[in-house]
Amino acid sequence: MISGTFHTSYRSDMALRRTWIERLRLGLFIAFIVLFPFVVRKPYPIFLMNQIGIATIGAIGLNILVGYTGQISLGQGAFMAVGAYTAGILTARMGVPWWLTIPIAALVTAAVGALFGIPSLRMKGLYLAIATLAAQEIILWVVTHWDAVTGGVDALVVPPPMLFGQPVNTDFRFYWVIWPLVGLTALLTANLFRTHYGRAFIAIRDQDIAAEVMGINVFAYKLLAFGVSSFFVGLAGALIAHYRSIVTWERFTIETSVLYLAMIIIGGLGSISGSLFGAAFMTLLPAFLTNVGRALQGVIPGMDELIPYLQQASFGLVIILFLILEPEGLRKIWQDIKNYFALWPFSY
Amino acid sequence: MPLQPRGFRHALNRSTLRPGERQLEVQGLHLAFGKVAALAGVSFTVYQSEILAIIGPNGAGKTSLLNSISGLYRPQRGSIRFYNDGETYELTRRKPHEIAQLGIARSFQNIELFRHMTVLDNLMAGAHVHMKSGLLPSLIYWGPAQQEQIHFREFVEDIIDLLEIEAIRYKKVGTLSYGLQKRVELGRALAMKPAILLLDEPMAGMNTEEKEDMARFILDVNEEHGVTVVLIEHDMGVVMDISDRIVVLSFGRKIAEGTPEEIRQNPEVRRAYLGE
Repeated sequence: MISGTFHTSYRSDMALRRTWIERLRLGLFIAFIVLFPFVVRKPYPIFLMNQIGIATIGAIGLNILVGYTGQISLGQGAFMAVGAYTAGILTARMGVPWWLTIPIAALVTAAVGALFGIPSLRMKGLYLAIATLAAQEIILWVVTHWDAVTGGVDALVVPPPMLFGQPVNTDFRFYWVIWPLVGLTALLTANLFRTHYGRAFIAIRDQDIAAEVMGINVFAYKLLAFGVSSFFVGLAGALIAHYRSIVTWERFTIETSVLYLAMIIIGGLGSISGSLFGAAFMTLLPAFLTNVGRALQGVIPGMDELIPYLQQASFGLVIILFLILEPEGLRKIWQDIKNYFALWPFSY
Repeated sequence: MPLQPRGFRHALNRSTLRPGERQLEVQGLHLAFGKVAALAGVSFTVYQSEILAIIGPNGAGKTSLLNSISGLYRPQRGSIRFYNDGETYELTRRKPHEIAQLGIARSFQNIELFRHMTVLDNLMAGAHVHMKSGLLPSLIYWGPAQQEQIHFREFVEDIIDLLEIEAIRYKKVGTLSYGLQKRVELGRALAMKPAILLLDEPMAGMNTEEKEDMARFILDVNEEHGVTVVLIEHDMGVVMDISDRIVVLSFGRKIAEGTPEEIRQNPEVRRAYLGE
């Protein structure tokens, strides 16, 4: 039972994990991530975990822009495409080592993101969303029509990443590329939001005029938010390119943008753990529904061709229920659980 | 012996002028929205370390005047000169964030805090202009970047102390009462280490006790730290009590300027404002 948390220095008060129980929880989570592939040893769950990891990086990136800075973006899919195609083209056409293409792709995406953030100078809210929708369409149009570089509508085949003469992109091996990067992304983002950069982002979201009068150069910080956000989104895109060894434009349409928005809304806007929850939820729910559908096949006669539709409908239903019952997302549920146990077994 | 603020480890006042020196000079300010003139040739001067109240009936142009000083409105004619560090800055051509960086802090009539941040983070955001760490060191929260955050945390704690808001420092601002929010907004402006503090109705909607507290904080900041205060206020009792000088606006014009006693006696002010 904790009677209170007492810090004796501002440094410890400003730490990311302020109590031993928080540190223990983080330790358990890391232990789970490290042990998972060894304990499970089946490719499918590890594949799912890799999906979650990549989606988490992308969701954290989008959350920096939408959740923390309040700039609604429908360009997520296109920015991921920039990362994926940059990494793919550099590896496949120019022979750049695969590990080097990942940071390059992230930086290129950051630059493209900042460029498409310029309309945010004049536009807010839904108007900006439409402007980023234009970014989505423009970038995807370039990708599908610039045949000489991207291969157009044909898939771009990326040679498998090699390390010590071994391909790295098996499910088990690539797990060790993805999850350390998830950790790094989460750490950098958490740090960002305990310095003046992150506070400026949140200030712009909450009250942009007051932010300006506090001496925050709103336009510069909006562009920076687009840049930092796109950096991580591009990182996720580059990982997709190397993991799947194939880059196709279909993976980066407006549907992807909407899916990621749903991810951060369900997980929790303006929250790193929420990004992880949302990514896990949106990856696992369709997989779960597919398995349920498969199990139901043949149980109810004549229902077989309806099952895919039922899956989609229940996917939508679960999301709607979530938004009604817990509009602040999975993060809030997790918060409530923690609060409950903080005082357990006495509820006062 | 000058009053030495007890327990305050950091300078709160950014101005380098001596008390009584000319600090802000507004000259012939014209501001119109379409055909409506919000300000029609307003001129006055603010001197270092004074408390200047701007009063006037609703729609007189008081808030428009503050908005022009802090760069939110662009006056069509006139000038606003600001003096500090032996330099003269013309404010009418500058952007709001540049004006803030010169040390002109303000609060708003309808509280404009960062609602989802804690009190502490609001104050830290107020000190934004002083934080210089680059993006990369901030991302890895390394060495000097961390030191800088800790340094300003210490500074902000002094303000928390001054405003007696220790108990709510981790509370989200949106959950606080109106009076406390007003107090936090003053704190956020102070965190900027202002050369001039512009307060737009700091006591509106408060009860007597809250007004007394707020008046005490404003006097503390002014007397102990020598920060110049320009405030808009409707409560005549408070205005007469705490201000050194008063400027009276009516329909975009300055109709009087002087000490509280002079304003009280001024027949035109009585006609326009006090309703005689």
